[in-house]
Amino acid sequence: MPITRRQFLQAGAGIAALPLLANAKVAPDASAKAVIQLWIWGGPSHLDTFDPKPDAGYDYCGPYTKPIATNVDGIRICQALPKLAEQADKYSIIRSMTHGINGHEGASYCVQTGRMPGGRLVYPSVGSVVSLKHGYDAGYNGLIPPYVVLTKPQGRFSEAGFLGSRYKPFATGGDPAQTPFAVEGIVAKGISARRQVERRELLKRLNLFGRSMPGNVHLESYYESKDKAYDLILGDSAKLFDLSQESEELRERYGKNTFGQACLAARRMVEAGVKYVTINSMGWDTHKKHFEEMRRRLPMMDAGFSTLLDDLSDRGLLESTLVWWGGEFGRTPKISWGAPWNGGRGHHGAAFSMVLAGGGFKGGRVVGATDAKGWEVADRPVYPCDLLGSIYERMGIDPEDMLPNANDPVSIVPAKTDGYPSGGRLKELI
Amino acid sequence: MNRIICRKTTRSTMETSGNNILSILMLATWNHHRQRPLRNGAYFFLEAIPYLLLVAFLWTSVSHAAEPKKPGAVTGATRKTKGRRWQAGRNSSVELNVTSSVSAQPNPFTSSVDAAFHTFVDTPLLKQYIELGIRPSRTCPDSVFVRRVFLDLTGSIPTASQVRSFVEERSSGKRTRLIDDLLESDGFNDYFAMLWCDRLRVKSEFPINLWPNAVQAYHRWILTAVRDNKPYDQFVREILTSNGSNFRVPPVNFFRAVQNNDPESLAQATALTFMGCRSDTWLSETQTQMAEFFSDIRYQKTGEWKEEIVYVDLFSMSTDRRPKLLTLPDGTSENVLLHMDARSVFVDWLIHRDNPWFARNAVNRIWHQLFGAGIIQEPDDIRSDNPPVNEELLALLEKEFVESGYDLRHIYRVILSSATYQRSSIPETDTPEAEGLFAHYPLRRLDAETLIDALCSITGTTEQYWSMIPEPFSFMPVENGSVTLADGSITSPFLEKFGRPPRDTGLASERNNEISASQMLHLLNSSHIREKLESLAFDTRSFRQGGPREERRRRDTTNRQSGHSVDDLYYGILSRPPTDEELAAIRDYSQSAEAKGQEVIIDIAWALINSPEFLYKH
Repeated sequence: MPITRRQFLQAGAGIAALPLLANAKVAPDASAKAVIQLWIWGGPSHLDTFDPKPDAGYDYCGPYTKPIATNVDGIRICQALPKLAEQADKYSIIRSMTHGINGHEGASYCVQTGRMPGGRLVYPSVGSVVSLKHGYDAGYNGLIPPYVVLTKPQGRFSEAGFLGSRYKPFATGGDPAQTPFAVEGIVAKGISARRQVERRELLKRLNLFGRSMPGNVHLESYYESKDKAYDLILGDSAKLFDLSQESEELRERYGKNTFGQACLAARRMVEAGVKYVTINSMGWDTHKKHFEEMRRRLPMMDAGFSTLLDDLSDRGLLESTLVWWGGEFGRTPKISWGAPWNGGRGHHGAAFSMVLAGGGFKGGRVVGATDAKGWEVADRPVYPCDLLGSIYERMGIDPEDMLPNANDPVSIVPAKTDGYPSGGRLKELI
Repeated sequence: MNRIICRKTTRSTMETSGNNILSILMLATWNHHRQRPLRNGAYFFLEAIPYLLLVAFLWTSVSHAAEPKKPGAVTGATRKTKGRRWQAGRNSSVELNVTSSVSAQPNPFTSSVDAAFHTFVDTPLLKQYIELGIRPSRTCPDSVFVRRVFLDLTGSIPTASQVRSFVEERSSGKRTRLIDDLLESDGFNDYFAMLWCDRLRVKSEFPINLWPNAVQAYHRWILTAVRDNKPYDQFVREILTSNGSNFRVPPVNFFRAVQNNDPESLAQATALTFMGCRSDTWLSETQTQMAEFFSDIRYQKTGEWKEEIVYVDLFSMSTDRRPKLLTLPDGTSENVLLHMDARSVFVDWLIHRDNPWFARNAVNRIWHQLFGAGIIQEPDDIRSDNPPVNEELLALLEKEFVESGYDLRHIYRVILSSATYQRSSIPETDTPEAEGLFAHYPLRRLDAETLIDALCSITGTTEQYWSMIPEPFSFMPVENGSVTLADGSITSPFLEKFGRPPRDTGLASERNNEISASQMLHLLNSSHIREKLESLAFDTRSFRQGGPREERRRRDTTNRQSGHSVDDLYYGILSRPPTDEELAAIRDYSQSAEAKGQEVIIDIAWALINSPEFLYKH
């Protein structure tokens, strides 16, 4: 479709004259229509989740000495994740993720963009690329933006980069476990529905200026914008974030905590057509009191993640919704018992785990393996660019496609000539 | 008289007991003097003072007694004296004065008097209107004018007291005086410097990469040039022929504030900024020839962090350098000898009084800023197949500009004093053609910076801007507002949402003032705006009189009241008094709606800031 210069420049990224991307090539099988990203912020320990090493000794596995079998033969996961064990046929585990970066920001950036930090350009994260390719520019016209973060954004290291603020995520704010879920701009805390309606009436009555200029074309667009906004405030779209519309039983299964309810909210958003939802689950950077935290967090994560998969599957959405679990790196296999850690794990970017489910990926498989104690990748390394490339392919985005950039066009995923190590796309899961 | 009545209805209890004490003192003094005769001479006056005070006190008491004191009581008198006051809930007594200080006009947007006048600037357009059968709108009333001029010249709304004092002034020539005052104000300097920075791409980060230190130096140089009213031709000459460090000779940043600094890109930037042309639509030969003028520019970094020297290498030992005959964009050629800076040859041609682009672009940009559309539209797309809507008008302004010595303020003065600028926005002939010919003032949404500054001054809140690189600050001083932000990279989600230009290209269309659903959503329902409105309602004592930056420093207390009046809200937000219809709507709301007390004030202010009358320049 022809794009006017004005629309083009409104994309706000200082683009030189490049063809607009709404006409980009779409890779053949686009099975995934939406992505839910469970971002485990801080780095989850791979040994204590999806890559247990019971034979490595107490110094490595702490109290988690007996991993449990899942409903897929041969796959075992941490004993603290019984509900996920029952859903193992729906997801696949990548045990050989690696990038080698041990700093939070650098590692986050690398996993979210597929590229190493520090170059001239700040690259966009997966969500922003999806927003670019499947968002407003490609005809998305929901009032809820195509890229949503529950509930706080991670900032510079996971955002739109050089693409510009148009592709930044919409952070909901608020807390899904509370009533009401005060989504920024949509649910106003402390203002009842009656007051919203009444003051809308007041606004109309006080619009003396508008009444003195009936039919004015500028005011028409003002009224249109106002009405669309009210669709979201008072209309059905506001109910999207009203989690009390779901059954109590389902809400209990997800878990009445921020993470669990965020998973539920994410499912509802995906049903409504949002393209990319990131749930930022914070607090996994367990340098100290690791096992205490794990005792608290793993059950919540277990309940939320497993119910999400179950729920999506029940509604027939799992084929079209890609669920992606993981953080920026793993945690050191050997536990630091001494002070000041007193039983903690550090950062470990050499080998860690990611989980993929739905969206056309096969479940019930394991890709790659780490060595006996979980230090290094032993077999089939998977680099972030491989993972992201596979995700893009599932979404119908060609990873070799170019991103609009003022200097030189760059491909979404680093090309072979860019000098990035690559283990190859995840063909095992297709 | 009306104002006095309004003030009285909100007199505090402190004042009332003060009056009681005064009356006791009066009586005591009178009693004392009953027994002793008044002395002569100077002492007479001293002793007379208490009696005079007594008389004054009695006088004011009498007129005060005429006021209804019982809550809910409404006198059957004229609409000027109708008033009501009530206590609201458990909160501190919220006095909402639902009266108007002036007798309401049915339509506050058109003048009751058809003040027909025209200046020499209007003649070309008037001729065109007659030819095309267009009826231009009437002159706008004072309250519309004061708001319009404040916005267009300073990027901020007038305070309630500024509006009142302008509207009530009875002398002729007050509009001219207001224009003159604003053109000399700091607010104008800041706003105009901001507009220049948009055009000159003053941005520290990607893709311009000027670097914060250079941005600050460049902005300060531009601001000084604006403040000193540097003639435009001198301004351009200084920029285009500058050599030196990006920190110490700020105008050289023009050659750095581009995405690529090859000669072609520099020529494109020059053509866009100072000729108003998109040179990429020219013949490629013309483009290459113009680029030659910029081919000697070199960049050299120094030991100082991020310093860069921009210079023309006249002493290059390169054998490529030889005297050349370069062709200017209009086809003429000039010799550039070895010792000459080709850029200065170009500038001599550019700022010549007969140059068809230079002055034309400058006045057209000013017209574009004041009317939302240039006489040639787009203002940076001047070409032969894009004619002006009125050639005579443009030529007239061009000539005026050149003859004034390239004085930009003079052109502002000339345009602002014209009848065309002062027309109401309510159309007489409601066609797109009439709007395209400025037969009525066009509606435009407020700029992002202006909008947020207005919201802050209305609600007595501030926005915090910050910079990753602390040059000069990590956190910008909050009282400065957004118009003073020098750097295009220092921004906020609000500014981006409302279309502040990213300053990547310098095109006029980068500033996107189209209203959108997500903007309305933000204004109607975001926690950002909600918190501001709550601040307005709960912090009645610091209902700060915002407005132009110098006004804020002189906190104006003459209109501060212990409560809020609807009148104050209207003057502060919409720059006019409320009409009867509006007062009736507000009374209904306060009686029947769920909102009570402070919430009513919040909702009224909310309705006003979400109205098109506030959000648009009209």
